[in-house]
Amino acid sequence: MDNSYDAIMARKNEIIKNAVGMDFEKFEKPGIGFDYEAMMEATGYTIEEIRRVQSMFSIGNTPLIELKNLTELARKCAPEGKGARIFIKDEASNPSGSFKARRACTSVYQAKKLGYKGVVTATSGNYGAAVACCAAMAGLKCIVVQECYDSKGVGQPEIIEKARKCEALGAEVVQLTVGPELFSTVLQLLEETGYFNASLYTPFGIAGVETLGYEIAEQFRAKIGRDPDVVVCTNAGGGNLTGTARGLRKAGCSAKVVAASVNLSGLHMASDSQFNKKSFTTGHTGFGVPYTVNPDHSDVPRSAARPLRYMDRYVTVTQGSVFYITECLASLEGLEKGPAGNTSLAAAFCLAQDMDRDQCIVVQETEYTGAGKHLNPQLSFARQNGIDIHFGDPKDEIPGKNIILPAHPSLIRVTDLDLDHMRRSRIKRAVGSRKDELTDEDIRFLVEETNTNEQFVRDAVASL
Amino acid sequence: MAKKGDWVQIHNIVLPPEERSSALPEDTKVNPLEMWVKGHLTEDAEIGEVAEVVTRTGRHAKGTVVKVNPYFEHNFGFFVPEVLEIGDQVRRITFGGED
Repeated sequence: MDNSYDAIMARKNEIIKNAVGMDFEKFEKPGIGFDYEAMMEATGYTIEEIRRVQSMFSIGNTPLIELKNLTELARKCAPEGKGARIFIKDEASNPSGSFKARRACTSVYQAKKLGYKGVVTATSGNYGAAVACCAAMAGLKCIVVQECYDSKGVGQPEIIEKARKCEALGAEVVQLTVGPELFSTVLQLLEETGYFNASLYTPFGIAGVETLGYEIAEQFRAKIGRDPDVVVCTNAGGGNLTGTARGLRKAGCSAKVVAASVNLSGLHMASDSQFNKKSFTTGHTGFGVPYTVNPDHSDVPRSAARPLRYMDRYVTVTQGSVFYITECLASLEGLEKGPAGNTSLAAAFCLAQDMDRDQCIVVQETEYTGAGKHLNPQLSFARQNGIDIHFGDPKDEIPGKNIILPAHPSLIRVTDLDLDHMRRSRIKRAVGSRKDELTDEDIRFLVEETNTNEQFVRDAVASL
Repeated sequence: MAKKGDWVQIHNIVLPPEERSSALPEDTKVNPLEMWVKGHLTEDAEIGEVAEVVTRTGRHAKGTVVKVNPYFEHNFGFFVPEVLEIGDQVRRITFGGED
């Protein structure tokens, strides 16, 4: 068989179809759209069934913790009468140490049910550990493919830790240097092994995250007696936000959904020389922005992660602010967690200060911490790579050049991304060269894709 | 010399620079796409020799042996004094009476 890059990529659709057990073609509509809800329903599982499956894997029902001291700190920084109560969903207490266990579980369960002998996944993040963890419980084999090293063979400590964890859970870890061709390696492995593609972006994965949003609503109502006002989600590939927001909706929860990413603007994600200049390997704008405006460039034909449909606001925070808040969480709340998951916490700390004291804001995840995946090694690694680390005003931070730790917690601020601009970008990408062929059905699809209205879409199309 | 059955790490060039995706930044395009995999040797081999391994999933893979008994060396990094400073500052503000 021809295993050159082009030959493998030419076999992409057939390989994916065989490796997910789902024919994505049947959801396609005549024009530019597809039936997203039909694709989500094609998992065949209701949210109740997914909760039952997750409980079989001891996943979910994680604690919802009120961060009283951090709320107090925010109130000291806020105007009189301001400072919402901050809560955090301790997803690190899932078996694999992050919410990704929810996302992996349904895929692994489906793979087992369909008779696959193993699962393959492409990820440098917590998802690898989650798939390895669930595969271990299900008695399936597991291969995790990581982008790990630069061309000098220097690995990101955070990614190396995840390789260790995956191996500890019995997985085979395939490590690559920087580059998007990781995808062709995954395809080749799927073809060679006949395993299931436990992609981050299938309906199974996203449906698995819905339980997180559902639980937040349930727990909040039981604990506080009402819905939270705002739920903040760290946003990278979009699955975390999409699944959580869908779960909140299924529970009838009225909370606004805010996306938060670490600002890595100016750094190229496929750059070999910049690979180790970034101090966050996920939760950043390098994934968050492109996956929001163009969700369908993942390893499945149509991604089930479509965050633009659900976000009410999209903010960024700096690397230094996230490291700072990670230390706050340890020092003030006794919770030592991994930095990347605290992206939404840094945002919530700032957003809370604009909200009234009787309002509530929920940070919907924490992640495990350990060697390499902790603020100390990540700051130490940055310093070794020539990044200037000092106290100051985070607004002066330049990704890849410096990390500015806030000189005072009141300097932790969010920067709003222009959501309408992103919506117009989404429309432009979806329409492509077919501006003059759009049907009413296409327009309806774009309204759903962008969470807007017909007028907004027609105006955006007219300006193309 | 590594013996048959030893746990080793092997290395491969997946794509030489000229066969890589055209959409790459220049600093990446000049390098090959490299791969590392671990497994048990199926025959005795020297470091630097091409050999076959069986991975944890039972896959047979070939590549240049680069390490015998590979292990993880990542840790908690060097001392970062700023971390202590943050902890002290936020405790002072929260509990110490600063307005």
